[in-house]
Amino acid sequence: MKPPVRETATNWVGRSLRRFEDPSLVRGDGRFTADVPAALYVRFVRSPVASGKIVKIAAPDHVRLVTAADLSGVKPIQPMLHKFNYVPVMQPVLADGVVRFVGEAVAAVICQNEDEAEDHCDLVDLQIEDTAPVVDARMAVGGAAAAVHAEAPNNVIVEGRVKTPECDAVFATAARVETVEVRSHRQNALPMETRGAHAVYDPVTRRTTLICSTQMPHLMRTAIADLLGMREADLRVIAPDVGGGFGQKMSLAPEYVLLVWLARKYRTSVAWKEDRRENLMSSFHSRDQYITLSGAFDAKGKLLGLSADILANIGAYSCFPTTCGVEPLMALAELPGPYDVRDYACVSRGVVTNTCPMAPYRGVSRPVITFALERLMDKAARHLGMDAIDIRRRNLVRAFPYTSVMGLVFDEASYAETMEMAVDAIDIPAFRRRQQQALAEGRYLGIGFAAFSERTGYGTPAFAARGMGITPGWETVEIAMDPSGYVEARIGASPHGQGLDTALAQIMADELGVTPDKVRVVHGDTDRTPYGWGTFASRSAVICGGATLLASRKVKEKLVRIASHMLEASAADIFIADGVAKVAGTDRALPVEALAREVYHHSHKFGADVGPGLSDSASYDPAGTFSNACHAVIVEVDIETCGVSIERYIVAEDAGRLINPMIADGQICGGVAQGVANALYEQIVYDETGNILTTTLADYMPPTAHEIPAIEIMHLETMSSATITKAKGLGEGGSIGAPAAIVNAINDALSPFGVSLDEFPVTPERIHTALNAASKVPSMTPEGARA
Amino acid sequence: MSAKKNITLNINGVDHHVQVEPRRTLVDAIRDECGQTGTHIGCEHGVCGACTIMLDGKPVRSCLMFAVQADGARLRTVEGLADGDRLHPLQQSFIDHHGLQCGFCTPGFLMLTAGVLEQEPDISDEGLIDALSSNLCRCTGYQNIIKAVLAAAADMRAAR
Amino acid sequence: MKPASFEYHRPTTLEEAVKALAEYAPQDGRILSGGQSLVPTMALRMAKPAHLIDINGVRELADIKVTEDALIIGAGVRHAAFHKPVVDGALGQLLSFVVRHIAHYPIRQRGTFCGSLAHADPSSEWCLVSATLDAEITATSVRGARSIAVTELIEWAMSTTLAEDEILTSVRLPLLPENTRFGFYEFSRRAGDYALAMSLVTYELADGVIAAPRVGIGGVEGVPRRIAEAEEVLLGQKPSPDLFRAAAEAVANAADPMSDLQASANYRRDLARTVVRRALERSLP
Repeated sequence: MKPPVRETATNWVGRSLRRFEDPSLVRGDGRFTADVPAALYVRFVRSPVASGKIVKIAAPDHVRLVTAADLSGVKPIQPMLHKFNYVPVMQPVLADGVVRFVGEAVAAVICQNEDEAEDHCDLVDLQIEDTAPVVDARMAVGGAAAAVHAEAPNNVIVEGRVKTPECDAVFATAARVETVEVRSHRQNALPMETRGAHAVYDPVTRRTTLICSTQMPHLMRTAIADLLGMREADLRVIAPDVGGGFGQKMSLAPEYVLLVWLARKYRTSVAWKEDRRENLMSSFHSRDQYITLSGAFDAKGKLLGLSADILANIGAYSCFPTTCGVEPLMALAELPGPYDVRDYACVSRGVVTNTCPMAPYRGVSRPVITFALERLMDKAARHLGMDAIDIRRRNLVRAFPYTSVMGLVFDEASYAETMEMAVDAIDIPAFRRRQQQALAEGRYLGIGFAAFSERTGYGTPAFAARGMGITPGWETVEIAMDPSGYVEARIGASPHGQGLDTALAQIMADELGVTPDKVRVVHGDTDRTPYGWGTFASRSAVICGGATLLASRKVKEKLVRIASHMLEASAADIFIADGVAKVAGTDRALPVEALAREVYHHSHKFGADVGPGLSDSASYDPAGTFSNACHAVIVEVDIETCGVSIERYIVAEDAGRLINPMIADGQICGGVAQGVANALYEQIVYDETGNILTTTLADYMPPTAHEIPAIEIMHLETMSSATITKAKGLGEGGSIGAPAAIVNAINDALSPFGVSLDEFPVTPERIHTALNAASKVPSMTPEGARA
Repeated sequence: MSAKKNITLNINGVDHHVQVEPRRTLVDAIRDECGQTGTHIGCEHGVCGACTIMLDGKPVRSCLMFAVQADGARLRTVEGLADGDRLHPLQQSFIDHHGLQCGFCTPGFLMLTAGVLEQEPDISDEGLIDALSSNLCRCTGYQNIIKAVLAAAADMRAAR
Repeated sequence: MKPASFEYHRPTTLEEAVKALAEYAPQDGRILSGGQSLVPTMALRMAKPAHLIDINGVRELADIKVTEDALIIGAGVRHAAFHKPVVDGALGQLLSFVVRHIAHYPIRQRGTFCGSLAHADPSSEWCLVSATLDAEITATSVRGARSIAVTELIEWAMSTTLAEDEILTSVRLPLLPENTRFGFYEFSRRAGDYALAMSLVTYELADGVIAAPRVGIGGVEGVPRRIAEAEEVLLGQKPSPDLFRAAAEAVANAADPMSDLQASANYRRDLARTVVRRALERSLP
């Protein structure tokens, strides 16, 4: 029975509702970690050399100095994997005897203000006996390299291997084997707010509160309590407003551990504000990988097998909680991407070096594997005399559910359809004509595509496959309607810019029949929220949204039971919408707040089936879902300056149901911008001694409004059975597709020269080098146009 | 350490009499000595623009000045942008066009554009986008910031 | 990233300023003007001056003066002053065109023309303009004032011949004749970044041929300079694409480019050729 009341109910999901987060932020009323004053300030003395033995750390008497020697009883950080030949390595909170990267915290200076803390750091006498550093991943496994950790003599600390039985045979008999060697240079996620922490000890409760810039407050509490030997109950972690994370703030900062230790030691408040130089040097890096990828194709371009060698430079230590397996193992599992392929061989290694540790960064390996695969597709098409789109058409997964060669189950999606949307929108024939005309004028235009899958919203089953010491996945949401009819949702997720408060309010409003402004979401406080994993891996809308839906349904059910009593009607006839509970087909109705008031203040009137109060909770732990997209780009390469400009950028995306299209588009746009940065601008550079050369924003080059193009976004909304809200995640897709699409476009533009650029960022210097090395006199026909 | 100096920072029309060492940057004094934490610190070397404020009507990086240099100047920060409960057109436009996500860079962008529009009310759209390249945002990809600013600028011009 | 301690001095007259500098320069005292380069250097503690003499309060340095044949820019004049032409004719237009390439809007509200010269960054637009137009600067100290050609002022990247007690109090740029044409082209990786290479060219067009050519490059070598070899190519010739190419080639041959994180010497040489040719092309009406 479909009651008429339902049809007139307001639907909040699907609307571009303005965000509830915004008014305080635009007024400057946001509360970020560094906004909280403290009695004491910490500054870290950091290693100026990549590798060495600490010979001496000393300071004048008036300098309050803390070193590893003071931290007896504090355990080192030692994240665990139980698979993939993982070699556990330990990271002391402060360097203990040896240093392993430039920027590693060696000592802490405590002072009453930041200025003097820095003065005192300059007075510290730090003597280090240099040892030979290992900087590059290939060098690390070269055999001659020193061991960064004695436990891992060959510097490999995680290694995944897979090979299907027929793989060699497929390669041996293939019509065409195509190989690409790609290199992704090191990046920093670069949130605009650097890391920071404020810890305060309360002598009355003997508890410590840590306010810190994190994506995972509950995990920070677990980790820090474990390392310091505290009860978790004695530590409260608050993530206030967090100025961007992108993965960098999901890993445990050793500095945060020390802050809690200091607050307890000095029994006061103590703060650390990471400066930008520290952030570039000592906060987590990512994407430093080499991939050699071969594809076996039949004569018609069908992909028969893939073979990959992946080498990920994971830096000096393994990050908590994901471990350094996060990049190499995600690459291993997801490299085949959106293409149907039945044979696969892969060796994926994570190697330690004397560089800043790696941690997840938006996209995690997928920008690199997508780059490798999409370069492979373009090259194979060229050599097989096929069109770049046709070869993708031939190989994209089209029937669902699809089980990948790695055993991943792809839920309903639209790989082919989104590609066709992008192809139609960009009008390839018209572009090729324009490209020809431009070429006649000595201008080089190029078009590039990237089709990819984005695994999102995965729960414990996915993480368990990795064999992690800690298996994240589910989320819990507690929902309470108070006697005045207002709703508070307490969530374990920890949004920091994603607009989750607004999106969850939309879900709850639809389910509970109230307006979204009557809903408040509480997050980022371990005292106020149920244990949860936080916000990362494009998971919050799917998993926390799903838990919100489930908890809302329980509260809704109770509202119906209350209304059934109060309106003296069968529960089946009660419909709640727009803040009113009605009896279908009658004019009998009560406002929702009247139901709430009654169940708290006159609970005696109800039978045992109702009971007092109006709150409930639910958890959700899905297996995961795959979003998909195709990016299409037109670039112009100025072959004289070697500058690249992006003329057009199209994203055809399918992330299932869009809860708030405005927020969804914002995520895509921001992701693409970071992808453009990856593709063209940003690179962390170390010299051969392991010294980092990019420690200012003038050297590490995040793009500005000038460099980021307008982005045209189109959506399909495939309703997947893999997620109860029908929403898929989309936080990372923008950054996954962009490097591949942009660099493919650059290569198309430069195809008259016969060059192949297979590393990113594609800087002007790299284009210049490639053009200078090109043997070919430019042909007047772009190769893509000939196919 | 050198002797502290007594200075007066006039922020959003309110005088703050504070004592600072000469080396204290203006942004540190605004945030710590005056407690106005809406102005953010993103790089402390003049590249990111998170600390942008208005100094005597002009947008400047408050990390690239010493507080003693602003003694007696009129400073305006994001806290002074709204007129009581009524948001500045730029603030409303950032909300309407989803021009912010984490919100950390937002005060800097607001003060930058408010300052540019006070200096050059008839600045071209191209000029505005050029000015917007002064500041860094990591979340939005800038497109919605550009939309928000162009829309607010058009509204402000129409309202004159 | 907090600056080290220093003593702060804020003179209100030039006389006080030069006295203060004479007194404190031997104790590691420096002039603070716009501060847009000095303050970040201090924040990184790459500079730790013990004294700063802030000349922002010296009113007599704050003006731009136009004489019969020159523009005189005081030490307090900020980049933003040039957003609109400060003088009729080619020079005012040239300056207002170039200024939009200097850093970013808020930086231009504080940074100064003279400060750029004193800082002597190889990629400074004002250093290029001054070198190309043969500017002269006035250096003032308690010992008096002296005039120095810009070519004599800038020794090498970030290094000048100013004595430690001298303040760069003004820059004198010659006004450009009415028939002057100019072209400026700059290549940088991001909007507002320092140029990887840039060029400013000026010449007079008399009876259809080029007179008084000036070809300057910046960001390429340690010091922006004129390239005589290219000027010789242009002199007395009619502007044409071939001529401009030849002049650009002369620059590429004559330049001794530097190498850094963003650009190798090889790449810079090719960029120099391109920016010069494009600057020349832009000089056409």
